[in-house]
Amino acid sequence: MCHQSVGLLARHAEAVGISTLCMTSALDITQAVNPPRAAFLDYPLGHTTGKPYQPALQRQILLEALAGFSDLAVPGSVKTLPFKWSEDRSWQETAQRGPDDRRPRYDTPQYQYEEDRDRAKARASAVQFTG
Amino acid sequence: MPVDYIERIREKYEALDYGVYQWVVSADTPPWHPLPKPLSECRLGLVASGGIYMSGQVAFHYRDDTSLLKIPMDVPTSELRATHFAYDLTDARQDPNVVFPIDTLRGLVGEGAIGNLAANAYTFMGGIYSSRRVREELAPRVTECLLAEEVDAVLFVPA
Repeated sequence: MCHQSVGLLARHAEAVGISTLCMTSALDITQAVNPPRAAFLDYPLGHTTGKPYQPALQRQILLEALAGFSDLAVPGSVKTLPFKWSEDRSWQETAQRGPDDRRPRYDTPQYQYEEDRDRAKARASAVQFTG
Repeated sequence: MPVDYIERIREKYEALDYGVYQWVVSADTPPWHPLPKPLSECRLGLVASGGIYMSGQVAFHYRDDTSLLKIPMDVPTSELRATHFAYDLTDARQDPNVVFPIDTLRGLVGEGAIGNLAANAYTFMGGIYSSRRVREELAPRVTECLLAEEVDAVLFVPA
């Protein structure tokens, strides 16, 4: 739903006069919600702006994508970026297939590190104290 | 061929006995505001949905969290974290630039490809099932923040 949410936000912002460009790695979802401009990177979800620790590649991807602000002249256009995740397409076979691999949908904060929880709590109590 | 996510997610939900998910389909022409000047003269904003937070902020939760976090564009990258239920977080937790291209954008400002960046980026946890809540609760808040940042253009990054 990430791609859908982003498309809806872009449409809202563009309507008040802000130019928007959406990255996407889920072309069908993006085309359905139909944001003003999009750049499609055919990578697995979670890599919408590149591969980890490859700053030169990340830079190329963003330069190509951002050129869409001037290249794309028709509302709803999607630019396909010229990058491949790998030579074979085996990553596509498993993407969103098989048993549910999602984490449970808790309604409490889900921290990456326990230390983050402590820091957030400390900050909240400091705000309350100086309140 | 790109991955057919809509079909695969439909199959997955069916197997789990969930209801059929109603994807948003916009058949109209989207709104359109061309960039008024070259990107090298523009102030660019960043909005990302991959559940990025800064250590010290309250992290996102996974049940239709429509909260929005404000992250200064000069944040040290080492302070960034990722939390989300619907994508593999392994790489984003190693290098947040894969879903939150903060170093990349700062580099492009440095080399003059982008004029400058908004003071803050905005992040949320995009796995919100209710598109109504995205439209009614989140979109007006995000747009208001972007207007306050006085950006000319915005890059939106899903995960």
